[in-house]
Parts: sequence; C-alpha cells; structure tokens
Amino acid sequence: MSDLSELTLTVLRYGFLVLIWILVISVVSALRRDLVVGSRNRLGTPSARQVRKHPELVEEAPPRTTARTLVVTEGPLQGTTLQLASSPILLGRAQEATLVLEDDYASGRHARLFPQGSRWFIEDLGSTNGTFLAGSQLTRALPVDLGVPVRIGKTVIELRS
Amino acid sequence: MSDVLTVPKSRRNIEALLLVVALGVAISANLIVGLDKDNPLDSAFWTQSGVLAGLALIFHLVLRFRAKYADPVILPIVIALNGIGLAMIYRIDLANDTTVAESQFLWTSVAMAASIAVLLVFKNHRVLRRFTYISLIASAVLLLLPLTPLGLEINGARIWINVGFGTFQPGEIAKITLAIFFAGYLSTNRDLILLAGKKVGPLQLPRFKDLAPMVVAWLVSIGVLIFQRDLGSSVLFFGLFMVMIYVATSRFSWILIGLLMIIAGGFAAIQLFSHVSLRIDSWINAFDPEVFNREAGSSFQVVQGLFGLANGGLFGTGLGEGRPDLVIYANSDMIIAALGEELGLIGLFGIIMLFVLLVSRGIRTALGTRDGFGKLLACGLSFTIALQCFVVMGGVTRLIPLTGLTTPFMSAGGSSLLANWIIVAILLLISESARRPAVTGPMKDSFPDAQDFRTGSLTRQSREVSP
Repeated sequence: MSDLSELTLTVLRYGFLVLIWILVISVVSALRRDLVVGSRNRLGTPSARQVRKHPELVEEAPPRTTARTLVVTEGPLQGTTLQLASSPILLGRAQEATLVLEDDYASGRHARLFPQGSRWFIEDLGSTNGTFLAGSQLTRALPVDLGVPVRIGKTVIELRS
Repeated sequence: MSDVLTVPKSRRNIEALLLVVALGVAISANLIVGLDKDNPLDSAFWTQSGVLAGLALIFHLVLRFRAKYADPVILPIVIALNGIGLAMIYRIDLANDTTVAESQFLWTSVAMAASIAVLLVFKNHRVLRRFTYISLIASAVLLLLPLTPLGLEINGARIWINVGFGTFQPGEIAKITLAIFFAGYLSTNRDLILLAGKKVGPLQLPRFKDLAPMVVAWLVSIGVLIFQRDLGSSVLFFGLFMVMIYVATSRFSWILIGLLMIIAGGFAAIQLFSHVSLRIDSWINAFDPEVFNREAGSSFQVVQGLFGLANGGLFGTGLGEGRPDLVIYANSDMIIAALGEELGLIGLFGIIMLFVLLVSRGIRTALGTRDGFGKLLACGLSFTIALQCFVVMGGVTRLIPLTGLTTPFMSAGGSSLLANWIIVAILLLISESARRPAVTGPMKDSFPDAQDFRTGSLTRQSREVSP
C-alpha cells in the first residue's frame, strides 16, 4: 500500500467496476443476434419491406385454418370423429387416453396431439411402432396440417376443419 | 413448451473472447484485494491466476471438441462469478487471518474438473432420462445421509456429512438428482396429470395415483426442514417442485395449490419450530435492540450486513478497503453484503446482471431444445440458480427472512461449488443439443419415405437369404 498513491488506488477501484460492466455489456452484445428477429431468424413473420422484395415469402406460407375435428379414416375405429377443444389429446390404447385406440399395433400411450398458436402438433410419446406423419416417422413434435394423414399402428387419423 | 429455431453457428470464438474478459475480471479482483500485502504479486497470486486460466482454457477446448454448439456465454459468466467469489473470500481471509480461500480454490479446481468429466462422459443429456427413478432413490439417500451417524450438526442444522478430509453437504447434489427425477417423471406423465382427474370449478385436479411419486418427493423435501432444520434447502426443493410441475402442465391451479401449501407449511413451521419463529422475529424486528443483542436468533448478522451495504453506497469502498469481516459468515452466507460494501451498488448490480444473464441463457436453452425432458431439466436447473440468488439476496437485504443458502459460485463451500459446476455442465450439454443444426433441416433427408424404407429393407433381406 505504501508505494501506491491514492490516485492509483482510486483508478483501480473504479477501473474494476468498469471492467465488470464491460463483461456484462460484451455478453449482452454477444447475444444480440439471438435477440434480433431478423431475416435470418425463421421465427419472425416477414416485414412489409421484405414482402415487397421477396413476394415468395408470403405465398410460401400454407393457408391456415384451425382444425375443429379429428377423423379416424382407417383402422378398427374408422369413421369415429372427435371434436377438438383447446386441450391436448392423448392417443393410445390406455384407458386414460382421450381417443382409446383398439389397435393391437398401438402403444398404451402412443402419441400426443396438442394445439399451439393456431396449429396442432403431434408428438410421439416413445411408442413401440412409431407415429408416421404423411409417411415419415416422427422424431420430434411437428405441426399437423388439415387433411394430412397421421398413422398410428393400423389407425390413420386426419384433422378436418 | 414451444420450439424456437436457432441459427446454426458454433460461436466458440466469441466464447474465447468473452473468457479473456471474464478472466480479466477474476484476476484483477484477485490482484486488487492483495494490494495491501507487502508483496501482492507473490507465488500464490500467480498459481491461482494461472490455474484458473488454465482450467478455463481446458474447459473451452473440451467444449470445442465435445460440445461445439453449446451456449457461448455460460462458461465466461461462471468463470467471472467464481473468480470474484474467490477474490472476496481471500480478502476476508486476509482480514480474519484464516485460510478458507485455499480450500475454496482447491474445490474450484475439483468442481471444474468434475464439470469437464460430465461433459466427457455424457455425450447427450437424454442419457440422464434413464436415471429417472434411480435419481429419486439417490436424492432420498443423499438427503438422509446427514441423519446417519456420518452426519455432523453445525450451527443447529444437520446437513453435513464427514467425508474424512472434510465436510460435505449432500443436499447440494440432491438438487440435481431431484431435478432429473422431476424432469423425467413429468415429461413421461405430463398428459396423465393434465387430462385425467376431476374438474372442480375452474381447477382441474389430478388423480392421486398419477401424483404419488411427486408427493413422495415433496415429502422428502419437507422432511429436510423438520429433521435437518434447514429452512433454505427446503424452500429451494419446494420451489423446484412447483416450478417444474407448472412448466410441465402450464396449469394455473398448481400455483394456487403451491401457495396454499406454502402458507400451511410456513404457518405450521412457525408454530412448531422455535428456530423458524426466531428467524421471522429477527427479520421483522431486526433493528430492535433486544433482538439485536440476544443470544439465540439475533439479528446481528443481517443488520451488520445492512450497515455494510450502506457503508458501500453507490461506488463502494473499493476492494480491500471496507470492513466486511465484521459480519459473521462474511465469506459464505453474507458474501453478497461483503461484495455490496466493497463494490457498491454499481458493482453489485453488475454481479446480479451476470446471474440474470446466466439464468436467462438457461431458460433460452430450454426454449431451444426439442425434447420435453431437456426442456424441463434446463428450466429446473436454471431456476434453482435463480431461486438460490433470490433467497440469498432477499435475505441479505431483509426482503425475506435470512436462510442459510449459498450464493451460487461465490460463497465459500465446496459442495455448493461442485453442484453448481455440474449444473453448468448439464446446461451446456442441453444447449449443445438445442443449437446443433443437423436436425433443423427438412426431415425428408434423414428419414426416407416409409414405403421406400420398407421395400429397401426387404430387398436387403432377400439378398442376404439368397446365397
């Protein structure tokens, strides 16, 4: 302490506070990209200017009508319909399931259909035989559009408006 | 639980840059607190700075090779917090003539090594899901260990065990295993809890059978309060339990049920346990001279901490210039008061910002990852950090009664440091799977049409049979 002047100590003192905030600000600026909803971020809806430049952005989006019913088009329960509310739906053979599938190829708790925003998503719950959306096996939750077949065992279901 | 798509880019170089700044903070803090000594740049300073920088570099390299897409800011933030904590403990050591900093430094190295080991052993956080029920048993064993003859009672709380060379707090590890159990159990049974059961008015009540394992976990955490007299940990476990069940089901009824349980539990605790009611009394009447001076349950600690904070003011007294050593447990329970005194409001807010950023990255990881288990685990683990900060800082600033929880990464205490560094490793693993680009592409490439696939496998079979 003896050989350090009062000035040096003061500079070190405030310097350290500045250094802490430099770290905070550089962390925040490193995250800036994460916070901006820009053209690279696929989440955002395109702005008016982007639409003028790239008209395909709007046309690409599928027409979204909310699904109101679930229809079983194939399998033992063929013809069954189910009104969709805003709560998720459990599909499987288990008695707790919303739609109890009498299908030997379905698991007890096979898949889950849940609404998010204006769309319904399907998620496989670790079933034995898998869930197929439009012919490809699900590995994560994916949106289900109207009229797209979802296969669970020998049962095929569809969403209708 | 929504999916947020992320832009694929590894961003390890940004992490390296931020690490340099974070190490700058840690090392300059260490340097400034040592200025009072005759020779501030002694070998102890160089070994500490060198080992911290070296371990940070090794950690960074491991991330480069094992978890390339992990979140780039988590590691620098944690290094900075840990470094500031180490410097503060060393500074209080100098004032009190103790050697806590040495063991804290040793524990930092052990904790970082353990964290690196977790990154190397587990390729993927999904592996942890297999340990759902093992985690429940492990949590129960860890929480019961201090009640066995191995346990030690320090300051009225029986939460330590003797491990030969020192003491260990198994409850700290239990918060990780409990989070794994809650995440595994809730991600599997979410729908049963959500959909089955009676509807009472606007509230949907789950069936008891679906909730039984959760109730067991809750009873275990309440048992901690009763048998180990550790208010802080039981608040932490209960908060973890509530948050995870709310995040999993997004049902408001859980918040109501939880609040009712807290009110009932808190009321019962005040009536039944003298130490809890003393705590409450010393919180409400902290400045009463009688409460301040009494032998048991005195408010001396918290009031002294408040005086320290007031002494610090806006800019603080400067590292090494204040008297944080006047507070008991200045280097563990009250380290926030010590930092507030010497770094002032500005410095303390910087530290709080670092915690906020750390927790927000944890939540962002939960948003980005695609599996329910990972989402719940990341949410739960980052919430434990947030809740711990809230309980400690709320206690120090007299917003809530003071409870003996540690400030993550800062307080003196090896078990807490170890547990929090393991949490960091798990968060990094989850964020790596959240930000890895491979799966964000169209599914068709990796999964051929089901029809094609079936015929493909048939032809392969027939080819195998023919020779």
